[in-house]
Amino acid sequence: MAAFIVRMGPVLMLWLAVCVSGSWAVDRGNFKTCDQSTFCKRQRALKPGQSPYRALLETLELTNTKLTLQLINDNNKVRLLLELYRLQGNMTRVKINELKPLKPRFEVPDVLINDPPTEPLSLLSQDENGMVLSLGADSQRLIVSAKPFRLDIMEGREVLLSLNSRGLLAFEHLRIRKDTLADPEGAEKKEETDAASEQTEGEEATKEDEKVEDGMWEETFKSHTDSKPNGPTSISLDFSLPGVEHVYGIPEHADTLKLKTTDGGEPYRLYNLDVFQYELFNPMALYGAIPVMLSHSPQRTMGLFWLNAAETWVDISSNTAGKTVFGQMLDYVQGSSETPQTDVRWISESGIIDVFIMLGPTPTDVFAQYASLTGTQAFPPLAALAYHQCRWNYNDQEDVAAVDQGFDQHDIPYDFIWLDIEHADGKRYFTWDPHKFPQPKEMLQGLEDKRRKMVAIVDPHIKVDNSYKIHSEIRSRGFYIKNKDGGDYEGWCWPGNSGYPDFTNPEMRAWWASMFAYDQYEGSRENLYTWNDMNEPSVFNGPEVTMHKDAVHGNWEHRDLHNIYGLYVQMATAEGLIQRSGGVERPFVLTRAFFAGSQRYGAVWTGDNAAEWDHLKITIPMCLSLGLVGVSFCGADVGGFFKSPSPELLVRWYQTGAYQPFFRAHAHLDTPRREPWLFGPENTALIREAVRQRYALLPYWYQLFYHAHRTGQPVMRALWVEYPQDTATFSMDDQFLLGRDLLVHPVTEEGARGVTAYLPGNGEVWFDVHTFQKHNGGQNLYIPVTMSSIPVFQRGGSIIPRKVRVRRSSSCMEHDPYTLYVALSPKRFAQGELYIDDGHTFSYEKQKEFIYRRLAFANNTLSSRNLAPGSQFTTLSWIEKIVILGASKPSKVTLKMPDGKESQLEFDFDASMSVLTLRKPGVNAGVDWTVVLQ
Amino acid sequence: MSLVKLLLLMSLALVMRAGAAVEIQRPRGVPLSKRQFYEEEKPFTCLDGSRTIPFDRVNDDYCDCKDGSDEPGTAACPNGSFHCTNAGFRPAFIPSSRINDGICDCCDTTDEYNSGATCQNTCRELGRKERESLQKMAEVTREGFMLKQQLIHEAKKGQEEKQVKLTEFQSTKKGLEEKVEALRTVKEIAEEPEKEAKERHLKAWEEQKELIRMEKDKARMAEAFLELDDDADGYVSVAELQSHPELDPDSDGSLTETETQGLLGGADKVDTTAFESVWSSIKGKYLLESQSDPPAPVETPQEEARDLGSDHDSDHYPEDYAGEDEDEEEDEEDDDPEEEEDKAPPTVRTPEKKEDDEMSMPPYDAETQGLVDAAQKARDDFDEAERALREVDDQIKSLEKEIGFDFGPSAEFAYLYSQCYELSTSEYVYRLCPFNRVSQKPKFGGSETNLGLWGQWAGPEDNIYAVMKYDHGTGCWQGPNRSTTVKLTCGKETVVTSTSEPSRCEYLMEFTTPAVCQEPPSLEEALHGHTEL
Repeated sequence: MAAFIVRMGPVLMLWLAVCVSGSWAVDRGNFKTCDQSTFCKRQRALKPGQSPYRALLETLELTNTKLTLQLINDNNKVRLLLELYRLQGNMTRVKINELKPLKPRFEVPDVLINDPPTEPLSLLSQDENGMVLSLGADSQRLIVSAKPFRLDIMEGREVLLSLNSRGLLAFEHLRIRKDTLADPEGAEKKEETDAASEQTEGEEATKEDEKVEDGMWEETFKSHTDSKPNGPTSISLDFSLPGVEHVYGIPEHADTLKLKTTDGGEPYRLYNLDVFQYELFNPMALYGAIPVMLSHSPQRTMGLFWLNAAETWVDISSNTAGKTVFGQMLDYVQGSSETPQTDVRWISESGIIDVFIMLGPTPTDVFAQYASLTGTQAFPPLAALAYHQCRWNYNDQEDVAAVDQGFDQHDIPYDFIWLDIEHADGKRYFTWDPHKFPQPKEMLQGLEDKRRKMVAIVDPHIKVDNSYKIHSEIRSRGFYIKNKDGGDYEGWCWPGNSGYPDFTNPEMRAWWASMFAYDQYEGSRENLYTWNDMNEPSVFNGPEVTMHKDAVHGNWEHRDLHNIYGLYVQMATAEGLIQRSGGVERPFVLTRAFFAGSQRYGAVWTGDNAAEWDHLKITIPMCLSLGLVGVSFCGADVGGFFKSPSPELLVRWYQTGAYQPFFRAHAHLDTPRREPWLFGPENTALIREAVRQRYALLPYWYQLFYHAHRTGQPVMRALWVEYPQDTATFSMDDQFLLGRDLLVHPVTEEGARGVTAYLPGNGEVWFDVHTFQKHNGGQNLYIPVTMSSIPVFQRGGSIIPRKVRVRRSSSCMEHDPYTLYVALSPKRFAQGELYIDDGHTFSYEKQKEFIYRRLAFANNTLSSRNLAPGSQFTTLSWIEKIVILGASKPSKVTLKMPDGKESQLEFDFDASMSVLTLRKPGVNAGVDWTVVLQ
Repeated sequence: MSLVKLLLLMSLALVMRAGAAVEIQRPRGVPLSKRQFYEEEKPFTCLDGSRTIPFDRVNDDYCDCKDGSDEPGTAACPNGSFHCTNAGFRPAFIPSSRINDGICDCCDTTDEYNSGATCQNTCRELGRKERESLQKMAEVTREGFMLKQQLIHEAKKGQEEKQVKLTEFQSTKKGLEEKVEALRTVKEIAEEPEKEAKERHLKAWEEQKELIRMEKDKARMAEAFLELDDDADGYVSVAELQSHPELDPDSDGSLTETETQGLLGGADKVDTTAFESVWSSIKGKYLLESQSDPPAPVETPQEEARDLGSDHDSDHYPEDYAGEDEDEEEDEEDDDPEEEEDKAPPTVRTPEKKEDDEMSMPPYDAETQGLVDAAQKARDDFDEAERALREVDDQIKSLEKEIGFDFGPSAEFAYLYSQCYELSTSEYVYRLCPFNRVSQKPKFGGSETNLGLWGQWAGPEDNIYAVMKYDHGTGCWQGPNRSTTVKLTCGKETVVTSTSEPSRCEYLMEFTTPAVCQEPPSLEEALHGHTEL
């Protein structure tokens, strides 16, 4: 859905005309730079190496669960309280708050899934300069230096990470305003001081902490003034990562997978914003924010989770950045190389410092550590992993029926058709336009008859209209966010003047969830799901198209919690979908805004992209980055939201999207229609084939999501995650892995004749999933491509289940048989899994109703063994076919059942590709069986 | 279902022939036309000939043939197709992926034999409805086709009439062209003496004007002499002349003695006779004393005018008059400097027609006037003839345009030409003017939007007259120009039945007209062609 359109009345039109005329790029002037966000400017102006903070070692308290220690700022004598926890699972948590704040500072609730369990810390030694603590059972030590305050985490002799090593810890304590508001000459005076301070700048600027600078008590950006009643409250801390040259994460940015250094440029910004026509390859903030950064070197993977929901900026610098490969080689040869090191610095506008240091050491460990803190990916209904057809907007019921019919006519499967904002009556969510959608239940029943589903949008801005039930209830219950003067906050959005429910209020969320009950949400049925858009929140006439920071949520300012608002919207919506089914059905909710923990509530998409080749390319790093920090269910609008794709781009986008987690085509209201059959029979066939490949692979997708849900491992993975020693993979973001076993290098170049894919793993082999041709790992492979090519490779050593009988929707395929693709490693070994459940309820969790089996090939024997003895589920699906890649020709193939029954299987051997196909084992997919090749 | 034997599930097809029911056994999903390829107890060869398999592998729920032909009754092959007999309605092929998918596709329910879906046999009902609608359609088509014959007839008549008209117009045109040529000659002949007479008249007037001018000059010279001759000694001396600084030849601000002497032709003083030659050299600058003070610089008012006026005005103001009557004006200034007395300085040029009025040309003499009148009449006649020719030409063009339109193979669409058809929706009134344009006007105020101008026939190759395309309408924000596709269907009446905007700024209009009605097959044919026996 869009940022802006025409139908917003003349004022907006005018604004729009100014905004979009000429170029398609974002209007950067609408969004702040670090310099324009005064706390960022103040913090960034601090010079390293001048930390005023000193640890007061005599205040040390060490209990079973934590260490506390006071820090003092020697410039202003304000004391801070440091709390340090050793968490189970090789993590360290550092919290810093004011010892005695004037009033409480915001600590982000509802993100951690529990109070992280701790492990005891022990003091090893102490002197007047500092102390050494033991971090758990490992050889890890924590060194606390007193002056200036600094923390170092060591393992053996190596420093893994240091805090405040550059002395950029800065904590703006709460204070009482000194320049009285009543002073009419205050402004003038301030100017004078400014002029004076400019002259004396650099002399002793940091000494006088209480100095009033511009923007501390009020800040104006464009026509908006932020009243800042609490004054300056920002916090900052630096981290040094010796030995690290690659850092990742901190989505959402339209940038490369490997984060860039920000020296001399803008920091990466985390501030959920509705950015109209966003630009690629820059650190500007986008719709969501997950303040988690991963560092990686061949030796170790670590993570930093900065738990703060205020506007945040992240600076990254590196001592090796900018060195040429030759320079680095020279350093290496001459042995004069300094250790590579990456320094990062986090700056947030308010709240406290609460940082989780995830010490890895493997990528898998970091994912598990982060999952133990914030939870894992919600396990979606199987259908949600299938193909979604969306457009702003399907005009009316007839249009929906015609599109549905079109898919059948052209024999293209789909599971969900989506309705954007025009479906509601005057953008009053939870209602239907009485002319266009007079009979929503009948429409939904029509889809149900085809075993298909629908998603309708429900945005968090509520039309201010007393005859609109949702509005009047929220108003009468006092659930709206308030403005700084205590009235209901109102802003301009799709419906015109709108209120914004305070989703941070649990009562509000409970009420919101109850609105999804079938008897509340008129026209809804079981096969209607929900899409939360504009939940940054988007406020067309607000500063940076979002909410005023001095708006009020109960005791807190919007400033404190801006980045988590979107998470709460999706949380409450998902809860509503669960509740309406009495807790039986899994919800499916798509969100545009997100925060750490959003993975628990559904899917995320990359917002309003454009039909351009670069936007297709950026989908890979954008979703990979999200995957690294817990959000596996990620996708981009297939075809591009703004503008109209060429048929070639559209086809390539379908081919790419078919191999990305959330697979939905979407289009702007003002673009020509682009249903898959509108570009001639050839393109229709190409799109059909891409979608069918997706459907055939749904069993594998489902299993990957089950894993993501159980363990927190990402579904779509950067190559370095699986090949952490292989430096060639560290910056790779034009290809990716699905789980461990599929490598995808989509064609994302216009007019491509070929692509060069990197097949990792020395000594490993990879099989082209279309031709079954075997390729060696550890090489760059040139693959000639045509318009039908989607380069995908299966790792030798893996077994992937598919359902090759593609039907018109995933539900129709429920009972269909499986084909197992067994790709042998050079040592003739392979392993895989098979996960089956009912596909849509929580029974897998509550009643342990699922099948989870280990498929293993070794010693010429393929077997299926139960991995979850406590579980119970019966399936009608059976094993239709087994395709063994890299096989040799057997003389006999025997199927053995646990009851001793044996039968011979017919087989087919393709000597040219070494493919052995076993005909119709016919065994039920849920039972033990063995196939022996002789 | 995993081990369900699906071997050779034979379907019983109920076949009607000459009123007798005969059961023909064949594997599930096989159409009658292919029955001979599926012979029980004989090995089955895939229809593409790619391999031969034992017959018990036909419909055994495993795909053996690349072309899917071994599994006509199961979903095993990705490219298979399933035949439903649909007795009572139309037989159909469905993709085999729709077999047992829980959705009823065949009205005879045969596609869902093992999915648990409960399907109702709706073939009879569908057949009945289809027959009804076919009957209705046939009726409409029949009547429509009759109307179409009428339209064709009328169009033919109209076309002929137009052709006749065109021929008429063309011959009229030819006559008119000749007439125009003849009148042009007449006109030219009449204009020759007119021109001469006018020139004569003008020349006489010029000469007379020159005389008057010279006399005025002489009078002015005399006046100037008297003025200059301060001591009234009958001579103008150097000293006397020096009192007129405006005469300074190098305009350096001082009129020296030498310069003055030079003006006097080297003499110290001149008498009236010698003054004549002096006058001719100074008269351009000489200011009569009555008007010479203050001797303000001439530039000042001009500068003021430039300063006061807007840039635009001051830039263009003087030029507006340049070339038009500047020469004439200057002449007259030379002639009558006195006339300028109470006027603005010459640099600030105000239009001045006074002299013209005072010195207007005398009327033509009778003879000249006669010639002028005659020429004027010839001109008028000529113009009128030319106008008549143009009109005929326009008519010919519009006729040719109309005749040139592709109104269908038998001109059956000709009747739509220059007609408009409207449809009112809740918000808009849509207007289709075939072969011209489509537009949309909000019902409650607001201006009309152009949804496209006539483009071309745009139906499929075998039926291009089924669709009209109108394009290059008003542009859309960030989008294309609006365009409209008009789908024509057979109907007794000519009416716009619906409009929609399936894609942004791309409109679709449904339009019924008898002109697309095809010759109806007999009802019998229509029904039998659609029902398998």
